[in-house]
Amino acid sequence: MGHHSYEESKKLVWKGCAVLGAVTLVEVFVSLLQKGHVISGLEDVSAVVIAAAVVIGVLSIYKAYYIIYNFMHMAHEVPGLRMSVLLPTALLIWGMIAFFQEGASWGERRELIKEKNEVSSEDAIKPQGMLLKKIETEKLQ
Amino acid sequence: MAANTAHHEDVHETTEELWSGGKQPFKASYGKLMMWYFLVSDAFTFAGFLIAYGALRFSSPTWPVPDFVFSTAPFGIHGAPLIFVTFMSFLLILSSVTMVRAVQEGHRENQRGVVFWMFLTVIGGAGFLACQAWEWNNLITKECMTVTRNPFGTHTDTGVYLNADGSRSSAADDAFKPGMGYLIHHAHLDDHGGGHGDHEMTAEETFLAAANAKIASSNVDMENIPEAGLDFAGFRLNEEGFIQRKFITDAGVAAAQENGPKAFGALFFFITGFHGFHVLSGVVFLIIIMLNAGGGLYAARKNGYEMVEKIGLYWHFVDLVWVFVFLVFYLL
Repeated sequence: MGHHSYEESKKLVWKGCAVLGAVTLVEVFVSLLQKGHVISGLEDVSAVVIAAAVVIGVLSIYKAYYIIYNFMHMAHEVPGLRMSVLLPTALLIWGMIAFFQEGASWGERRELIKEKNEVSSEDAIKPQGMLLKKIETEKLQ
Repeated sequence: MAANTAHHEDVHETTEELWSGGKQPFKASYGKLMMWYFLVSDAFTFAGFLIAYGALRFSSPTWPVPDFVFSTAPFGIHGAPLIFVTFMSFLLILSSVTMVRAVQEGHRENQRGVVFWMFLTVIGGAGFLACQAWEWNNLITKECMTVTRNPFGTHTDTGVYLNADGSRSSAADDAFKPGMGYLIHHAHLDDHGGGHGDHEMTAEETFLAAANAKIASSNVDMENIPEAGLDFAGFRLNEEGFIQRKFITDAGVAAAQENGPKAFGALFFFITGFHGFHVLSGVVFLIIIMLNAGGGLYAARKNGYEMVEKIGLYWHFVDLVWVFVFLVFYLL
């Protein structure tokens, strides 16, 4: 601390309050827009849904940055402290990619099993491929 | 930068002086540094939970729609999506702001200022906990969501509901399309549909009143519903006493409402509960440190109220985690 005068830093705090509040309001607005509460029918346009999700995500990361750098005074810490706290969280990027992909794969398998379960038993035991060929040639003989 | 000029002075020191102790490698006290590292580990715990939530959500064909699930607020407000949680977010942001003010007053060694702003922070934290208690109570007692039961489902087709007597409903609100959420209600035999008084009944309330009347008149033993449930013309009564409304899709398929993905309840209560527990312990520590500050303990230490700074770091972190809990549970 100590770059700003007392009066200046007091002002900065209320500015921070306004920034975080405004960003939160924008996030809620975009979320309601995405769900079709502001303009109905928008929730069916997948481009809007994806774009809104990206906007909300980026704004949340901005809020996180603002809290860490201004409220927790990370901006005033030495680079070594800053890096030793912030760099490890980069591991989470890989964590998200790996686990979200894994989750989507579980979902696909669940759908596949559901589809297979719906196949009727008659269809399932109908001879296929090589077996079918063998039966047909046997019939011909 | 102040950090750079300080670094220059270090260069002139001999190795021996550097190893003689009493040096702070990161220009931060031991306590503050360890608070930062505790927060890093805590961030990974929360990230693990939130990533698990994401993985399970991606694995599920449908997921409860947050703007439908979280649309009630105190004082009988219904159908107001996300309003209450936005208010809760503002409470946390405000309490974070008052915390920064407390730390600033601490640097000026202003004891009264520290206690005053910490007191406001405690009020904000307690207010948040009260809101969360209301939200949980509403979900558990009114909407019957538990760790293992999720009555919030989502439609995957376009279609229309049946009335309680099995006829096709003609109410506009009874038509649905993919992605629309529904809540499966528990049967209330004391509900005769008359008590809504001042407002016109919605299509769903009309249906529920008729369904409850049908169940009451057919003398169902609510304690011993068969495992397969009971079949009525326009709905099913399942083993646990929930009314699963029947519907017909535009493709002509007849079906009944099913519970939503089971994991939702456990994830919601566990993650928001873990965050709420952080807020609770934060409030307890804030109170202890506020009382200590008021008693003059930190003034005697003459270190710019460093203890207030440390609890401040923790408190901002709780706000920081809420940013992401808010993101995944309510906004997306």
